[in-house]
Amino acid sequence: MAAQTGDHAMNRDRLLNWAPPAIVFAAMLGLWEFVVRYRAIPPYILPAPSLIATTLVKDWDTLSASMLVTLSITFEALSAAVFGGVVLALAFAQWRWVERSFFPFAVVMQVTPIVAIAPLLLVYLDPGTAVLVCAFVVAFFPILSNTALGLASTDHNLVDLFDLYRASRFQQLIFLRLPAALPYFLGGLRIAGGLALIGAIVAEIAAGSAGQGSGLAYRIVEAGFRLNIPRMFAALTLISITGILIFAFFSGISWLLLARWHDSARERG
Amino acid sequence: MSAGAPLVRLTGVGKSFTTGVTALKDLYLDVRTGEFLSLLGPSGCGKSTALRIIAGLTAPTQGQIDWGQTERPGVGFVFQDPTLMPWADVWRNVYLPLRLRGVARAAAQKPIAEALGMVGLTGFEKAYPRELSGGMKMRVSIARALVSRPGLLLMDEPFAALDEITRLKLNNDLLRLKSELKTTVIFVTHSVYESAFMSTRIAVFSGRPGRVAETIDISEPAARDEEFRLSAAYGDYCRRASAALHGGSNGRSRHEP
Ligand SMILES: Nc1ncnc2c1ncn2[C@@H]1O[C@H](COP(=O)(O)OP(=O)(O)OP(=O)(O)O)[C@@H](O)[C@H]1O
Ligand SMILES: [Mg+2]
Repeated sequence: MAAQTGDHAMNRDRLLNWAPPAIVFAAMLGLWEFVVRYRAIPPYILPAPSLIATTLVKDWDTLSASMLVTLSITFEALSAAVFGGVVLALAFAQWRWVERSFFPFAVVMQVTPIVAIAPLLLVYLDPGTAVLVCAFVVAFFPILSNTALGLASTDHNLVDLFDLYRASRFQQLIFLRLPAALPYFLGGLRIAGGLALIGAIVAEIAAGSAGQGSGLAYRIVEAGFRLNIPRMFAALTLISITGILIFAFFSGISWLLLARWHDSARERG
Repeated sequence: MSAGAPLVRLTGVGKSFTTGVTALKDLYLDVRTGEFLSLLGPSGCGKSTALRIIAGLTAPTQGQIDWGQTERPGVGFVFQDPTLMPWADVWRNVYLPLRLRGVARAAAQKPIAEALGMVGLTGFEKAYPRELSGGMKMRVSIARALVSRPGLLLMDEPFAALDEITRLKLNNDLLRLKSELKTTVIFVTHSVYESAFMSTRIAVFSGRPGRVAETIDISEPAARDEEFRLSAAYGDYCRRASAALHGGSNGRSRHEP
């Protein structure tokens, strides 16, 4: 009985969590639809949500293929960034001089806007590679800096404990520094996932018609030239959805790995 | 005198940090095999530093440290915080010292079960640190220190962060463990009352730079119970320790019932 009331309370809480944002979202779409119809705004200026949805369905074959291209670029760049970022962070943790010599470059890479780098990369590289490199460049830094921070901020008492038991450097790395850095790394990964997508999109837009690429950004550029505004919106919607999926994917991984022990994944209540 | 040959002897030990702080100066201390020695002193007088020197975690800048049997015995260390690995469950936390030494999981089962049994945590092998109370975490930390059967157990204010009731309980448990394992214990504390209840000997530190200002032998049977807390002898020891503490400069002790 008591458990049942508890369940009810939980269902109600869940409802209260989800209902308001869902209602607000639906209301915004409704308002948009209403304004477009009421003021008879032509679709080449602002398409109604319903038209965007039908375009999405109608052009699904082309758009979904582009979405897969964008996703695969994002994940290729992200894998490279994870590999490079983690390896360099490990090198930072082992040798101070490596950190001092290379960290400034990482910072420069990070603070220079990718929009400004992309055209340059397009001069030197073929468009496909340039897109990949752009996505890599923006995804790399959060992985590197978060992992390096995680490796450096291991509980110093635990480090003492490992010294006390005469642990080798390798044991210390495997049993102590890597697990301690995991939450930081995953935080970096979550940010990097979104950034890699942005990097890929920016580069593809910069490549414009020069690119023979067929990612979602290319669809936007292409639809823009043809004044096919509903399709631009449909591609834009898919980009947002892709971003959300990537974020949700890494949040899920993070939750799976940390739920049992880390405070960031703690249930409140 | 009574408890046997010195396990370790500190002769004129001093420690200065690069920051210019001198934590210890002219520290002379014999640790006898099998004793329960409390290091009692005001905050900042270098007790933790002395403990870390004995553990070999840091080297003294002056003086020397000699081990009776030519080498440092196996050492267990309990920090003020439980210092557990949050990503590992209780079993794997206690396994750590054995794992680092290359003991296989199968061979570790028995000593770990024993260590957890000693601290009363049988059945919590699969729990993660954050699922435990403060007192239970401290018990895990003690089990981890005991699992390698150290000849010397070093404890740095292990119970300072716990509530009174838990602390008294763990004091009793520790005395029981000590008599079972016959290991030598060096126990750092702020509390006159804790030191008088637990120790066979108290080394009272002066304020910084720290050195041993006075040692007080507690010539009572090592097995102590709540009766002892109420005895007149206990009151005397507390008063002596307290006087020694305040005899030194800028002394500070915790006042508690
Ligand atoms: N790694 C360090 N670097 C610089 N100074 C230090 C270091 N460790 C300790 N000290 C200084 O040495 C002095 C003694 O420190 P220590 O931690 O040994 O004191 P303590 O007696 O354990 O104090 P408490 O009871 O508060 O824990 C302090 O003034 C402290 O600031
Ligand atoms: Mg201390």
